[in-house]
Amino acid sequence: MEGFEPKIVAFCCKWCSYAAADLAGTSRLKIKPNFVVIRTMCSSRVDPEFILQAFLNGADGVLVAGCHPGDCHYVNGNYKTLRRVMLLKKVLEQLGIDPRRLRLEWIAASESRKFVVTIRKFVDELKQLGPLRLEAGDDNGSNG
Amino acid sequence: MEPRIGVFVCHCGINIASTVDVKRVVEAIKGYPGVVHAEDYVYMCSDPGQELIRSRIKEKKLNGVVVAACSPTLHEATFRNTVSQVGLNPYRCEIANIREHCSWIHTDRDKATEKAIKIVKSIVEKVKLNDELLPISIPITKRALVIGGGIAGIQAALDIANAGYEVILVEKNPSIGGHMAQLSETFPTLDCAQCILTPKMVEVGQHPNIKLYNYAEVEDLSGYVGNFKVKIRLKASYVDWSKCVGCGVCMEKCPTKVPSEFEMGLTTRKAIYVPFPQAVPNKPVIDRENCLYFKTGKCRICEKVCTFGAIKFDEQDEFVEEEVGAIIVATGYELYPIEKIGEYGGGKYKDVINGLQFERLLSASGPTGGGVQRPSDRKVPKRVAFVSCVGSRDPELHKPYCSKVCCMYLTKHAMLYKHRVPDGEPIVFYIDIRSDGKGYEEFVQRAQEEEHVTYIRGKVSKIYEDNGELVLLAVDTLTGEPLEVRVDMVVLGMAIVPSPAVYELAKKLKIQIDANGFLTEAHPKLRPVETLTPGIFLAGCAHAPKDIPDTVAQASAAASKVLEMFSQKELQHDPMVATVDEDRCSGCGVCVTLCPYGAREIEVKDGKRVAKVNEAKCEGCGSCIAGCPAGACQQRNLKDEQLVNMVKAVLE
Repeated sequence: MEGFEPKIVAFCCKWCSYAAADLAGTSRLKIKPNFVVIRTMCSSRVDPEFILQAFLNGADGVLVAGCHPGDCHYVNGNYKTLRRVMLLKKVLEQLGIDPRRLRLEWIAASESRKFVVTIRKFVDELKQLGPLRLEAGDDNGSNG
Repeated sequence: MEPRIGVFVCHCGINIASTVDVKRVVEAIKGYPGVVHAEDYVYMCSDPGQELIRSRIKEKKLNGVVVAACSPTLHEATFRNTVSQVGLNPYRCEIANIREHCSWIHTDRDKATEKAIKIVKSIVEKVKLNDELLPISIPITKRALVIGGGIAGIQAALDIANAGYEVILVEKNPSIGGHMAQLSETFPTLDCAQCILTPKMVEVGQHPNIKLYNYAEVEDLSGYVGNFKVKIRLKASYVDWSKCVGCGVCMEKCPTKVPSEFEMGLTTRKAIYVPFPQAVPNKPVIDRENCLYFKTGKCRICEKVCTFGAIKFDEQDEFVEEEVGAIIVATGYELYPIEKIGEYGGGKYKDVINGLQFERLLSASGPTGGGVQRPSDRKVPKRVAFVSCVGSRDPELHKPYCSKVCCMYLTKHAMLYKHRVPDGEPIVFYIDIRSDGKGYEEFVQRAQEEEHVTYIRGKVSKIYEDNGELVLLAVDTLTGEPLEVRVDMVVLGMAIVPSPAVYELAKKLKIQIDANGFLTEAHPKLRPVETLTPGIFLAGCAHAPKDIPDTVAQASAAASKVLEMFSQKELQHDPMVATVDEDRCSGCGVCVTLCPYGAREIEVKDGKRVAKVNEAKCEGCGSCIAGCPAGACQQRNLKDEQLVNMVKAVLE
């Protein structure tokens, strides 16, 4: 895994985590450029299909970030996201994709540090998991 | 439409250019499918930068623009305005955030540049499939509904009415005035509450722009911002108010006495009653629960004595519908039930009373004419304990929050008691004294230093009756001494809780309540009087415990938000709403259950069930779209295809 840099797609809610990423920039916090943010109006706009498409097209990890429970800008969209992500994790397992490659986090607009730490930890974890290899199954040979 | 996209990469001085090689971004994007022009400039948001974009749109016949610069939060509106000046639809312009999300957070120039290219490509993919949109215009009905006729509702209604708009004021009780009408004098100025409130009540009653529905409740609400339809239940009063002159003979002759709500049970009223002499409107209602005729079928004395023929025993509840554009919810508070505090003998000992009961004992219009007498034997109490934080700040057993006003009103109570009973001894038990309003700390100081009120820091653990006296067990936490204090009467500063009806009302209005049952504001700092449902605002203690000055300020703030809406010709709504492909839609209705705004409905069209979107109600969250099992729902300018293409572009 030497030199492996995981690719992360981060779906961020416009009202919270996107703004947290903005604030990370404004505060000049530093992160590795392993991720690209895609802005949605709400985390609940993230169709599980987008996440699968990301894995199919070479993402090693996908982050979905929304407002804290009870704080959703759209009343309760984040709870729908929670349900969808939990279900999708089970589907990923069946598809042979380690469910740890999909992460759901609640990051408020003020939590720039949490955004940075989330990405850092995710990068570290994905480095452990290694690159996603769909054809071979996602166990990277560790089980033979 | 064949895409002809121009990409404009900003240096932002050195903010972007020092970490991202902007020239390389321009070169990389030049050959990208759909891009016909790319260039960089030092400050794209400056006048020359904007002019550069405008001239290139004309020269190169661009039909889409990507500005790679700072966060869209900052300049999306700027650049959309720029492109629209030369005839390009503003929704064909998007921002690629290569500053906050790239140059400012990364250090490796090479990798940051590669990432910037990916970001720009993904936004190019988005613009390719962006539709030309226009903001959705919604008409506004310029009438407001105010729910609750306490000081918050009164203030909000008067502000809106005085600005020239009609107001519908709905009050569940026979009179407006709310709890403020029950108060004796108000802290910290000791103004008589009725003296400052009743003129406002009269103004509401007589205002040509205010339609008052007293003894009425909101039954149902439909519609959306600017266009609400409200159904109001007018509870049967069994008195024809158009005939009644308010002479009061019926109330004199009625044989049934019940505890008076207004007097907090300290005295009685009749079954036909006006809650208090200064009521607005000053017309009686018959309390069906207690009226002898309704209970036994006999009596009708009021009918006999009414020379105006105003009594109507056959009256039924009626319903009216009103159309309004905005709503202010000001449903107020109740006191936490005293019976729940068993260790203080709440509800068991007659001389353990709550703050509102003591207000009535102090009030010149109260049952004792303002002379303090204890309820059990009408004796003037010589020692009175005032206990704060009863039910408040007690997350284990009762309410976790601070009720905000108790420190101040108990101080006022102790002071006013001392004025009425100069040789009396008031003792205040407190945890902390919270006196953070204008003139409040000085008021507490005055009570302690000039009015000789004793303050003991410590929570009372138990109250019991002994030989006609009440004994309080407590610990003085400043000395560590256990105390046993004997008094004649105890006043409990009970927690403030939301009016119980607010739970049902919040469901009807589709607004949120918090863990303690108070209404939730849209943002605790920046949108304190708005709810998350557009067009619905809040004021007063329905939102959180607060004193009269804060309530009045919040009510005026809510009114100004309504007036801000009413000052516009029509409302503008973001057009990035959900859409339905009717051929694909199976009419399953999943979208209807997912929508938090009631913007999705099922309609039968040519015998087929199809989902509909009410564009005015849709806030564009996209929940329903991700949930549609048939892929029939899309979001304008954030279609599935766009998002998938964006994902692919960043992973190339």
